[in-house]
Amino acid sequence: MPATQANKQWHELLPRIEELAVRAGLEYNPVDFEAVPESFMMEIAVYGLPVRMPHWSFGVRYISQLIQHRMGHSRLFEVVFPGNPGHAYLAAGNSLAENVLVTAHVLGHADFSRNNLLFHRSQEQVGEHIVEQAASHARQITLAVEEHGLKRVESVLDAALALEQHIDVDRRVQRERYPDYQAAKAQPPDDAFSKRYAALSPDGAAADAGPKLKRASIPPHPERDLLWFIANYAPELEGWERDIFLAVREESFYFHPVHATQIMNEGWASYWHARLLREADFLPQAAYVDAIKCHSDVVRPIAGGEKVALGLNPYHLGFSMWEDIVERLGLDGARRIMHEDDDVSFVRNHLSAELAAKLQLFRFGADTSGSVKVLETDLHALHEVIVGPKYNFGAPSIAASQVRIDGTLELTHDHQADGRGIDVERAKNVLQYIERVWRRPVILHTVDSQGTALSLSAPGEKPVLDRQSRDR
Amino acid sequence: MVDANPEEPQVRQGQSTSSRATIAGWYDLFSRGARDWLRHNDKVREAVRSHLPEAIAGGDVLSGGTKTIRVPVRMLEHYHFRLRTPEEQQGVGQGAAKPGDALGRPGGAPASGKGGGGRNDGGFEFLLEFKIDDIVDWLWEEMKLPNLRARVGRAEEADWTREGWDRHGARSRLDRRRSMRESIKRRAVQTADSPAFTDDDLRFRQLNKREQPATQAVVFFLMDVSASMSDRDRQLAKSFFFWAVQGLRRQYRHLDTVFVAHTTEAWEFNEEEFFKVSGSGGTVTSTGLRKIREIIGARFDPGRYNVYLFYASDGDNAASDHADAGAALDEIAAIANYAGYIEVSATAQSRLNSECGALFKALAESGKPAASFAISRFEDVWDAVRHFFQHQAAD
Repeated sequence: MPATQANKQWHELLPRIEELAVRAGLEYNPVDFEAVPESFMMEIAVYGLPVRMPHWSFGVRYISQLIQHRMGHSRLFEVVFPGNPGHAYLAAGNSLAENVLVTAHVLGHADFSRNNLLFHRSQEQVGEHIVEQAASHARQITLAVEEHGLKRVESVLDAALALEQHIDVDRRVQRERYPDYQAAKAQPPDDAFSKRYAALSPDGAAADAGPKLKRASIPPHPERDLLWFIANYAPELEGWERDIFLAVREESFYFHPVHATQIMNEGWASYWHARLLREADFLPQAAYVDAIKCHSDVVRPIAGGEKVALGLNPYHLGFSMWEDIVERLGLDGARRIMHEDDDVSFVRNHLSAELAAKLQLFRFGADTSGSVKVLETDLHALHEVIVGPKYNFGAPSIAASQVRIDGTLELTHDHQADGRGIDVERAKNVLQYIERVWRRPVILHTVDSQGTALSLSAPGEKPVLDRQSRDR
Repeated sequence: MVDANPEEPQVRQGQSTSSRATIAGWYDLFSRGARDWLRHNDKVREAVRSHLPEAIAGGDVLSGGTKTIRVPVRMLEHYHFRLRTPEEQQGVGQGAAKPGDALGRPGGAPASGKGGGGRNDGGFEFLLEFKIDDIVDWLWEEMKLPNLRARVGRAEEADWTREGWDRHGARSRLDRRRSMRESIKRRAVQTADSPAFTDDDLRFRQLNKREQPATQAVVFFLMDVSASMSDRDRQLAKSFFFWAVQGLRRQYRHLDTVFVAHTTEAWEFNEEEFFKVSGSGGTVTSTGLRKIREIIGARFDPGRYNVYLFYASDGDNAASDHADAGAALDEIAAIANYAGYIEVSATAQSRLNSECGALFKALAESGKPAASFAISRFEDVWDAVRHFFQHQAAD
């Protein structure tokens, strides 16, 4: 069988590719390779993890992906998960040449995820076994469905998954609850001034009363980690519901660096597959040529034949930037950047005016009628538009600001940081999701399109009409 | 670095016989994406079900023969907090273009990456098929023929009981344990690579009615098809009759139905013809009512049958017919369990304030079991069905 043949050849090549990679200075955890059917590849891409909790929203993404796939928009060669060992899934339909390229690509990812600080930190916190943990979360949810019924579990997941980007990665996955009491005020220093001040007090008692314990308000500061906050402070959340929130949150901590370093990471892996391929003199000639062709398909900037692309291929941008960096700063310099940066700093610091001009980047604007205009090629503007979607895990900056005495949860949107208000219809629906687990009213403060204050709440004045079925 | 132990193949194929490969092959068994998609569709069904009337209010379900109807639905969106869409959307593009150039509309969005970031709001619209039987099940869960009394006869009423298994049946009655057993039995005598399940393995629980002698009933559907009834009015009336018939059939296995249409004279139709009938000319309600009285006399002994009448009209009736129609209606009411009047009028300015409306109102006021309902839109059809069959059932 030809497939087995290619498989065997690939097996023989694998140690040699690795040898090349190690010699080139890549450091990575062992990677477990597995060939899987294309349908499964697609599911991995949709769920973000090989085995993940069930939720209807994944079904929507799955079918969209399936339709796009049928229309020939995308093909997946590999998906790789960091960990120790890492897990790489290769599409069973890959040719030998593709698998050679993909292997080198995977090793680049493995090097990146072990050495990039953001990944390192997240891996350290999720225990380097996210694939296994996600599978156990999936099982946890399945058991919860058996015990509490699909509807109840689903309404918890509706809320938790809707808030999956609302975590605070500056704090750890394992987080203590807020202290119950405000920190006692520091004792006044025992000096002459304090004594005279105390003597002023009519009965002298105020000075001696000692530190009074005062209940801390909840939250003591605006809390960005909504998943954590709801898990810990929702008035009537049950244990299993809390566990679901924390499971979703843990996966979010894993996803964060994937999101925040996509350009760097894909670029790094592409840089290395190209470089290792160049150095792989042991490859059969035909496989080499095929692999190079495959490489240029992956990193090409613009879809076949067109002159202009409205959008950036992150593989291409990252690849071009890494080539440029290695040329200017050498491999050691490149490795240091790989170690320290995320996409925001990477693009801002290392996408130079010369490179932007060489890549023919431009900023465009599309108005509501759909007409598109090329606006400028100013470097600063390009940087900001590229990194814009990366802020705050790609979500609006929303924090829990107060829990009222009746249990009402107040959320505040930092519209100044985001530059504009919230999509009202969506927000109302999210508030309804939250209200179902918070079990008290939920309010969101934001601004409308005019910039005047606007508060949305659930339960609202009127239930939001389901927009699904429409009149004929 | 990579575990390259030759005993343990790195690339595992579903068909390979190593022990790890059998575990690795589990994903061939089912698709989680498909499972979650099916769950999504169930949710859509629930959403559609909760306002079914609007969704299926079309007239084309009546055109006979179809067992299913298709409802266009949009994918559900799982909502996230999003910033308001700005007036001008911007992005970075690449290629030979300079500031000031106008380009076409933005084509494909940049390929979404892998991982958790790729999020598609999914603007696809698709058609979901509903079985008419299912719809009727949902709608008729709580409904009954009003004022039904036990009469001697052939009709039966029964409870559904589980009895045995079969290879065919509704999905909801799939017996997983038994199907699994069949699959194991089959695979035990077949080669190793035989499929996990075949249609022949499936076993469905069967339901049977344990029958008891009970009541029998005849329902008369009388429709005014005179010229004053517009196409839309007729369509509304037929819509009501259609769902009423479907529901009653579902609820009562031995139910006799009689379809009568009238203008200035009246004819009995079979069901299929009745739903296609159109007519012209004036309106003399009493002809329809007399025709029904005639049929009752000839075929349905009121001592043995529960008799029901549902009359749909736009309300107009020849003024000269007032007394005749009243008398004919009284005569039927004397032997009928129930009489319902459906007034169909797209311009329902004077709801039930019509000639026919007055007839039934008088009937109800005289203490006879009768009720009226006005329909002006397709959405009202369900309310009408509920009005007649639910409201009374509560008594």
